[in-house]
Amino acid sequence: MNRKARKKAIRENLSSYAFLVPWLLGFFIFTLYPMIYSLYLSFTDFNMLQPPKWIGLRNYFVMFVGNDQFPRDERFLNSLFVTFRFVFISVPLKLVFALAVAMLMNQRLRLIPFYRTLYYIPTLLGGSVAIAVLWRRLFAGDGVLNAILSGVFNVNNPPAWISNPKYALYTLILLSVWQFGSPMIIFLAGLKQIPQEYYEAASVDGAGKTRQFFAITLPSLSPIIFFNLIMQMISAFQSFTQAYIVSGGQGGPLDSTMFYSLYLYLKGFAFSEMGYASAMAWVLLVIIAALTALAFKGSGSLVSYGSGE
Amino acid sequence: MKNRTARRISAFLSNFIIIVLGVGMLYPVVWLIVASFKESNTIFSDPGLIPKSFTLQNYIQGWKGIGIIGFGTFFKNSFIICTLCVIANVIFCSLTAYAFARLRFAGKNFWFAVMMVTLMLPSHVTTIPRYIIFRSFGWIDTFLPLVVPKFFATDAFFIFLLVQFMRSLPKELDESAMIDGCGKFGIYTRIVMPLTTPALITTVLFTFLWTWDDFFNQLLYLNSPSKYTVPMGLRLFVDSSGMSSWGPMFAMSVLSLVPCFILFFSLQKYFVQGIITTGIKG
Repeated sequence: MNRKARKKAIRENLSSYAFLVPWLLGFFIFTLYPMIYSLYLSFTDFNMLQPPKWIGLRNYFVMFVGNDQFPRDERFLNSLFVTFRFVFISVPLKLVFALAVAMLMNQRLRLIPFYRTLYYIPTLLGGSVAIAVLWRRLFAGDGVLNAILSGVFNVNNPPAWISNPKYALYTLILLSVWQFGSPMIIFLAGLKQIPQEYYEAASVDGAGKTRQFFAITLPSLSPIIFFNLIMQMISAFQSFTQAYIVSGGQGGPLDSTMFYSLYLYLKGFAFSEMGYASAMAWVLLVIIAALTALAFKGSGSLVSYGSGE
Repeated sequence: MKNRTARRISAFLSNFIIIVLGVGMLYPVVWLIVASFKESNTIFSDPGLIPKSFTLQNYIQGWKGIGIIGFGTFFKNSFIICTLCVIANVIFCSLTAYAFARLRFAGKNFWFAVMMVTLMLPSHVTTIPRYIIFRSFGWIDTFLPLVVPKFFATDAFFIFLLVQFMRSLPKELDESAMIDGCGKFGIYTRIVMPLTTPALITTVLFTFLWTWDDFFNQLLYLNSPSKYTVPMGLRLFVDSSGMSSWGPMFAMSVLSLVPCFILFFSLQKYFVQGIITTGIKG
């Protein structure tokens, strides 16, 4: 009897695993094996023509330390810096903006579905090459923004935003913040979940709107904010298309838009330094993992998941 | 009474702010569309939204593309790739999601955790080895590297989406089907799949959109212009942008956004649902 039951359990397991076969194969072939392989490559010098040559930690050494023989890669540190700046400015701005608009919409307005659609359009289109191309034109020296600035507001000699190293990154930040549609929709759904009684009770107790926002709205939304923060951060670190198109594929001017993934792409596929590019990929993985862990740790005190559920 | 007036004023103000903000946000898109109908030499930097003259010349010229390959080919290539990816994701992500959401087997929690980790994994760690693998297969400059991985359910995001949805379906359905002599695969095709339709539509939508816009991989794997997709075709304009090519470039940009618009407006409901259930990435 017992053996029969065990046999049945095994058969049950096998027939379930059959459904998982494509995913399991995919995981081993397209994820796990490539990960291990790229970890190995990160300790080598590899240009795709000769077999990989083991050089130990040199790729990592060149990135962060460097010496006379192997000078430090300043472009790498710059790309890291540029990307951090992009992530830490664009993600909070995007979330603040998304929350503000969601709160504005969280009323009994008849046109909400229409507005929601309207505000999602930039997110729908923003990731495309078409919009990046448009951005290049909007913020060029002789572009639309400057035509408005000098024509309508009489500004003399407005800067050429895209080709000025001081401003180029901010045009990309703007493009990213512009696509705030997804977090907005999520926040709006979250706001609708907060029981109206909370606010009524608070206003009976004499709490003003600001107080209500900090005492009710923010804590209730904190899990959602936290989740969005992590997801937006992870995807912001990997931004590529917009920087590539807007900077003409070179991360210019003066490397001011040299995003991490753009530099990784150039290193790996334009300069054929596959080993170095693999090392860069692993550094990115570690950074993202560390920030996610940090966010999780920090969330313990800041995020309240409420009771029940 | 006083209260009602106050609420009306507040609603009016909100509407007003939302509309003004919305118009400001959409101005670039509207400008792009209008500019694509302007004559090439007047586009330059005219911020206005009313064209002084209306022309289709940009579309005619843009469709021809740059060099010998026209946008007809680029669109065809993009559609082929997108269709294959959509089919693959619908079948294989749902198959995987079904196992995670409805079946019992040893090690399920472990594999589910693994799947969630791959969801957060930056794609860069696999980019270079995948390139090397595909090159050794002789797949460079074909659609295969863009499509084949999807047949192995590599888009963890959609597995997650579908799992979330399938878990919400009542368990009793499976049980009664089982009693009626339905096997696991039968339950999947006859019960779970039909009921998962809304989430599957979301999967179709986002797979299509993200594949359509997946510039990075297309840039990596497609080398010859006859294989180029729409984003790659647009890049050709950027590379050769003299003033004269702006008109055609804008025209083709607009055209490249049309499929996204059509999908979005015909299936909005599923967009919103999908975004909310998964808390989607940008």
